[in-house]
Amino acid sequence: MSSESPAAARQTPRKGRTTSAILIEFLGSMNLAITLLVALGIGSIIGTVLVQERTWSEHMIDFGPFWFEVFRRLGLYDVYSASWYLAILTFLVISTSVCMYRYTPTVLKEMTRYRDHYQATSLRALSNQREWTMGLVPEQAREATQQTFRNKGFRFRDKSRKNGQVLYAGMKGRSNRLGYIFTHAAIVVICVGGLIDGDLLLKWNEWRGNLQVETRDDIPVSQIDDSRKLPVRPGSFRGTTNIPEGRAANVTFLPLRDGYVVQELPFTILVEDFRIQHYPDGQPRSYESDLRIIDQEYDKEFTQTIRVNEPLTYRGHSIYQASFGDGGSNLDLRIWPLRGGTEGVEQLEAKVFSQAEVNIGGQRYTLSIEDFELANVRPDELMEGGTRHRNVGPTFNYSMRMRDGRVLEFENYMLPIRIDGRDYYLSGVRPSPDQPFRYLHIPAGPDRSLDRFMTFLDNLRQTEPRREAARSAARYVLLELGMVEDQEQARQLSGQMALSAEQMIQQLLQEGFEAVSEGVEARVQAGANDPEQQALLRDFSHMLLERTLTNAYHNAVAEEAGVQSVSDMGGLTEDDRLFYEEALAALSALPGYTSPIFLELTGFEQVQSTGLMIARAPGAGIVYFGSAMLVLGLFLMFYVPHRRLWALVEQDESAGRTRILLAGVGQRDPKAFGKEFERVAQELDLRLRLAESKGGEEVKT
Amino acid sequence: MSTTQEKLANELKDHERGAYFRRLSAFDWIWALACIGGGLSAYLLYGEYMAYYEEIILALTVAWLIPQGWHWKAARPFTLIVGALSVLAVSIYPDLGAAQESFLLNYLLSSQSAIMWMCVFFLGATVLYFADLVLSGGDRDAFLGKVATAFTWLGSGAGLLGLLVRWWETHLHGPGMGYFPVSNLYEVFVLLAFTTALIYLYYEGRFRTRALGGFVMLVVSASIGFLLWYHFGQEARHIEPLIPALQSWWMKVHVPTNFVAYGAFGVAAMVGVAYLVRARSHPESKAAQRLPSFDQMDDLMYKCIALGFAFFTIATILGALWAAEAWGGYWSWDPKETWSLIVWLNYAAWLHMRFTKGWRGTPMAWWSILGLLVTTFCFLGVNIFLSGLHSYGGL
Repeated sequence: MSSESPAAARQTPRKGRTTSAILIEFLGSMNLAITLLVALGIGSIIGTVLVQERTWSEHMIDFGPFWFEVFRRLGLYDVYSASWYLAILTFLVISTSVCMYRYTPTVLKEMTRYRDHYQATSLRALSNQREWTMGLVPEQAREATQQTFRNKGFRFRDKSRKNGQVLYAGMKGRSNRLGYIFTHAAIVVICVGGLIDGDLLLKWNEWRGNLQVETRDDIPVSQIDDSRKLPVRPGSFRGTTNIPEGRAANVTFLPLRDGYVVQELPFTILVEDFRIQHYPDGQPRSYESDLRIIDQEYDKEFTQTIRVNEPLTYRGHSIYQASFGDGGSNLDLRIWPLRGGTEGVEQLEAKVFSQAEVNIGGQRYTLSIEDFELANVRPDELMEGGTRHRNVGPTFNYSMRMRDGRVLEFENYMLPIRIDGRDYYLSGVRPSPDQPFRYLHIPAGPDRSLDRFMTFLDNLRQTEPRREAARSAARYVLLELGMVEDQEQARQLSGQMALSAEQMIQQLLQEGFEAVSEGVEARVQAGANDPEQQALLRDFSHMLLERTLTNAYHNAVAEEAGVQSVSDMGGLTEDDRLFYEEALAALSALPGYTSPIFLELTGFEQVQSTGLMIARAPGAGIVYFGSAMLVLGLFLMFYVPHRRLWALVEQDESAGRTRILLAGVGQRDPKAFGKEFERVAQELDLRLRLAESKGGEEVKT
Repeated sequence: MSTTQEKLANELKDHERGAYFRRLSAFDWIWALACIGGGLSAYLLYGEYMAYYEEIILALTVAWLIPQGWHWKAARPFTLIVGALSVLAVSIYPDLGAAQESFLLNYLLSSQSAIMWMCVFFLGATVLYFADLVLSGGDRDAFLGKVATAFTWLGSGAGLLGLLVRWWETHLHGPGMGYFPVSNLYEVFVLLAFTTALIYLYYEGRFRTRALGGFVMLVVSASIGFLLWYHFGQEARHIEPLIPALQSWWMKVHVPTNFVAYGAFGVAAMVGVAYLVRARSHPESKAAQRLPSFDQMDDLMYKCIALGFAFFTIATILGALWAAEAWGGYWSWDPKETWSLIVWLNYAAWLHMRFTKGWRGTPMAWWSILGLLVTTFCFLGVNIFLSGLHSYGGL
């Protein structure tokens, strides 16, 4: 902007101003622009603090019903499309345009006017000026002046005056003024491009009520009503589409208010393959999709691979690799019963995003398989190898409705996970998505499988093995505590006690160790009044329970080794004993785990789904053009100063002498212009003196 | 022709159009050759791994470096020495283990050591500049001041060397795991520190005053403080390979231009602080006499904000162009993008007030400091407090 007063702009005198003149002055005023910009700034900041692009239900959870409604009416969930926000933007465009309308004529005049009307007195008043009186004819001085101006890059006009004066009016760097025009025009151009890409037509339609929003998820496109679909159109949009491998889609989904609308595409996208490439340490390195574009309208087909940062553009549509997920993988599951007396293990084949029915102990349960992830990279605290992450293998998620009506979500790891040097099968359970998973740790046997634990559990669940373990325990306890004298007596009395042991085991499986302890305590209190007696009873019960559990475990270990008893294999190892401790902990956690089954993933066939973002931004080219103009304009404004030079050449009173007056003004940075003026003066000085000495020679010769 | 004429004609030659090039010294031409040579070697050695746009970036870097060195003479030995040291470091660094085994690497040249030296030099420079301001009695050639400037150069060199060697180290981690080291908060803080210092050194030379050094180095020291906390507290110095969204040549242009802007805004804000210090001091006091004149400080603030604003505009546009390739569109109203707009509007307003209303002086100094706060929120606050697509530089 020039440093000229606003009077240079179009302005009519105060009296008798037309409405349009007042309006233009207001719209183009700096104060309005600043007010609008501040409002825009505040609105934009609100949009950063109040997270955009979340579903309305998430906002409802955050703010509660009252504030949710307040913010909704203010349009704060989609600030940048809110009508008041767009109105501010529109006003800004108008304001900038009006400002340009008012000032551009002045600016252009500045660029083209050489200001060749100045007199010597005005020039002498400038701070950068220098005068010479040389022994030259005016012709020579004019020649020197022109050469200097030209050499220093100043364009100039000469004006002869009546009294024989010649004024050279020069300037340099007038593209600086273009800078002003470019930068402000650029703002308008960018905003226009941005508004084009703001999909105003869609918003207009929505405001008019022509557009319905679909809120149901997971239904096929064919079932969506046409009022919620948009045909192929020239507008802008940004939608997402998830396509499993091997499948195709010709639509994309645009989020709108509390649901979405379906945008049709003029071509079909077939996903041939999706893959994730990994770094050596297991972290994802690249997400890639092989897409085949089938355009029936133009009878064209081609294949292209997209990855993050490398989208595909076809017919104005850009297809980005945005996310990925499961596309309906096939899972081979083994169902281990955790409760009841059922024998045997069932196999089940299920697909992700589908449901499976299982029959457990006469009850029907519906499993809903929700997700499968092939690689899970977890932080690893091992620093030796330099790796900080490790891929621990696949997980799958499912949900199941319990008998009490609750739906629980589960997340199971396929492979055992090493924690503190021991291996466990992990299964996480949570009552709702906003709670964290709590994990059941089932110890893995020496063969890193679930067999040993499940055999142990079987020996406790099923009647026969449990009875046998209980009886053997009862006999042992009777003999140990000296309550009988020989085996025969032990055998006779053991029946009743075994029953008690069995009941304790069943209670353990259903309610956990705490409940069993409390039950024992209750019986002890009821059964005896004497503390000594009570202690005896208590010890007896605990010993019985412990011995039964140990028997069941030993039987499981022996069965695993294929021998009759553990003494045949030389007793238990330290490892076996550790396993036993962990198994007891797992048993105690089973009631909290709630589910009657444990699902083991034994095999899978992964089908992935690629998450594509499909966008159309017809205004992009306009915005880029505006951006280039903005950058160019800024550099012109900052680094190409507009400077003017004048040189007044007139004949001196004494014959054969000429006076030359050089003066200049720089638009800004007086110090830098001062240096430049010095250089110009130096050159002019040299030329004048050279001409003078040459002329002197001519005179001599 | 007489001798006078000869003399005059000779002097006139100095004003001719090509005179600029004739005024260049032999070292200037050696510098140009070294830049071209460096660029050519890089291209010959690594050209097959470079995308088309990266080759253009290499060519433009050489094309920019040469006139930059001619314009700012001190940049030539600085760049040549840092370049030579980084080549040396790479040549003795065959694998990551060498960082502990080699003395040179362990104590000087590996990226960790170089960055630590940078911290030492910059913190020292801060102290020395203030000591110079207070103790040297306004002497422009005081020893303290010279050491302070030397420390700032050494710190900048160490920082640049640190990032260059880190670039090599990322490649040592494994095939295909290397990247341009400006991808996380740790790396960009190093970049910010020495970029701010270099911008300051340029203006220190142009304005021929060391009085503002301590003030500018305060913001550099704050960066160092954060860097050290991040290094020791959060173990952030480890090299992690790039996530897919950052694997793009855009990072080589978008991030550095942004940090030139942040550095310039930082210098402008600290000059604003110095301005206010002088404004609040008695005209006869030492502060008033030793700090530069109000006009000079005002001019410097303007120059830095103009530089920063120009580069910030370029950086934001580059960010939008990158977003159009990575995120689905050039503008997503992501918090980082939105706050960039706020910063841009703030400085545009500052410049408007200066140009059209002629504002100068104390209010502009305050505004310049406020601008740095807004910029800091855009740079750090968004990553720390707000969510969004730009969470690469998170804590």
